[in-house]
Amino acid sequence: MSAPLLQIDDLSVTYWDRSLLGLRANGFEAVKRATLTVDAGQTLGLVGESGSGKSSIANALLGLVPPSGGTINFDGQDLATLRKGFPPEIRQKIQAVFQDPYSSLNPSMTVEEIVTEPLKVHTRMTRVERHEKAVELLKLVKLPETHLHRYPNEFSGGQRQRIAIATALALQPSLIVLDEPVSALDVSTQNQIINLLYERRDALGISYLLIAHDLALVHHISDRIAVMYLGHIVEEGPADRVYHQPAHPYTQALLEAVPLLDPARQRARRAERRGRVTTDMPRLSEKGCPFSGRCPHVMDRCTARMPPAFTVPDGGTARCFLLDDEPNEQGRSKD
Amino acid sequence: MLRLIGQRLLAMVPLLLIVSVMTFSFTALLPSDPVDLIIGDRGSEEQYEMVRERLGLNQPFLTRYADWLLRAMTGDLGTSFFNSVQVKDAVLQRMPATLSLTFGSVLISITVGLAAGVAAGLRPGSWVDRTATFGATIGQAIPNFWFGIILASVFAVSLRWFPATGYVPLTDSPMEWLRSITLPALALGLSTSAAIARQVRSAMVGVLQQDYIRAARAQGLSSRRVVLKHALKNALVPVVTVLSFQITVLLGGALIVEQVFAINGIGSLAITAVRQQDIPMIQGIVLILVLVVMLVQLATDILYGLINPKARPT
Repeated sequence: MSAPLLQIDDLSVTYWDRSLLGLRANGFEAVKRATLTVDAGQTLGLVGESGSGKSSIANALLGLVPPSGGTINFDGQDLATLRKGFPPEIRQKIQAVFQDPYSSLNPSMTVEEIVTEPLKVHTRMTRVERHEKAVELLKLVKLPETHLHRYPNEFSGGQRQRIAIATALALQPSLIVLDEPVSALDVSTQNQIINLLYERRDALGISYLLIAHDLALVHHISDRIAVMYLGHIVEEGPADRVYHQPAHPYTQALLEAVPLLDPARQRARRAERRGRVTTDMPRLSEKGCPFSGRCPHVMDRCTARMPPAFTVPDGGTARCFLLDDEPNEQGRSKD
Repeated sequence: MLRLIGQRLLAMVPLLLIVSVMTFSFTALLPSDPVDLIIGDRGSEEQYEMVRERLGLNQPFLTRYADWLLRAMTGDLGTSFFNSVQVKDAVLQRMPATLSLTFGSVLISITVGLAAGVAAGLRPGSWVDRTATFGATIGQAIPNFWFGIILASVFAVSLRWFPATGYVPLTDSPMEWLRSITLPALALGLSTSAAIARQVRSAMVGVLQQDYIRAARAQGLSSRRVVLKHALKNALVPVVTVLSFQITVLLGGALIVEQVFAINGIGSLAITAVRQQDIPMIQGIVLILVLVVMLVQLATDILYGLINPKARPT
């Protein structure tokens, strides 16, 4: 198998407060040694609740925040060490679609200006060529050409998100970071946008890093899924396996948050869950598993140290001692 | 767009009418009598009646107003009570000085306000931001005439870089014109610079948090392009709003600053006219100033539509 398009290893992102003297103080580690892989033409779904560090990974990948550790290998180059911004060739290959289409489009630019701006910056296309490209891009996202001279405030959320997608497609990137691309849209529009993304990926061979908090939606479009909890990637694996046989208790809890269609079953499950998972904010153990405070299967060693990544039988890994087949303490801790 | 401008121009007519009725009424309500001022203490009863008749003050109020209005519509604003100068000529002759001063200070306020506001808004909480915010507070607190006196004593009297008083028309010598209005325009523009700087700063802070800025950065645009093209244009929207009413403030302030720098503009004309109860002159000055203010506001409204597509008429 060829090398993956994107290989993130041990990535950490730390945010610093500035003290009075302008020195760094009170670091908060939003991403803790995360490891992720995206293959060419594939979609990796990254799920987790808000504050789990998903968007920080996206920001590091887009060069918006500098990583505090680890490597981001993209197309044979380590982006984590590029402190002075990414070179244009990398920029062109990684594009992004953000969550809120009401704030992600500049209100003072026409659709044509928005869609062609990446071309203006990164290519030497003439005005006429850019216009032709803009027409083509609008066709790709199924918007009529007549919209080119309108302003964002004249469009609905779904239409705006299509414009954002057209902009992301303009430079024919190999990877698009989708940061909660549909969570600001209503449900019927969500499906249209998801289907559009799906079609474009298969037609153009793009990879997606899809960030979302809705596991069902992520499962629908992803090849692999990674689950984040408080900065850690706690589980990773093929989408079907993670969705149908979650190995980590946190993933299981997330899946139980997806409502069931049958009210009776939903009621039964809720009653059962109430006895297990606490929803209180857990006390954080510094050394141990971040989920140990909420976990129904918590063991002594969970609070002592962070579990290493154990291989899950049907593919992928999970960082939980439940998967340790040698339950003795000296087991196989390589980390 | 043209229809909008047409509508706005038409809407000025009733407004001008109301303003003229109000000024006319106020001058009529004054307890003292301009005729007394003209003939002085020793004037006889006949002289008094003669002057009253000549000025038309023996006519009833409404007749006088109608008469004035009819002539004003043909562009004739009457003659001064005190010297036979045409009001229109007097006002138009003084106008360039006042307008130079006002627009000079608008230019200074925009330059200073934008620069300080952008610098502060880019890094909220930094020392640049704190200095600019502190400066803006001071700037808004200092009265313009006092600042004018300070400027004059430092740069004109001590350093002799600029003339302390007087105004040189642009047509006489552009260089001297610039020198003559620099200090007064600075004095006048201080508080507006501060107001604009505050507005730009908070608008920049708000705009920079928008996702389209994050999107622009992620696309790999240079920070210069992100700030100038994406952030500033949107941050300008509230600035234009501030500017449209600050221009009225500046025009009013110009009348005072003119006194400090002994510039023969509308200010001294107005003060003399009011002191003498030169009714046609007061009337003419108010009318023309109101007209200027309304035109400036129309211009800022058009500008507003240009930079903010949401405010554009559809």
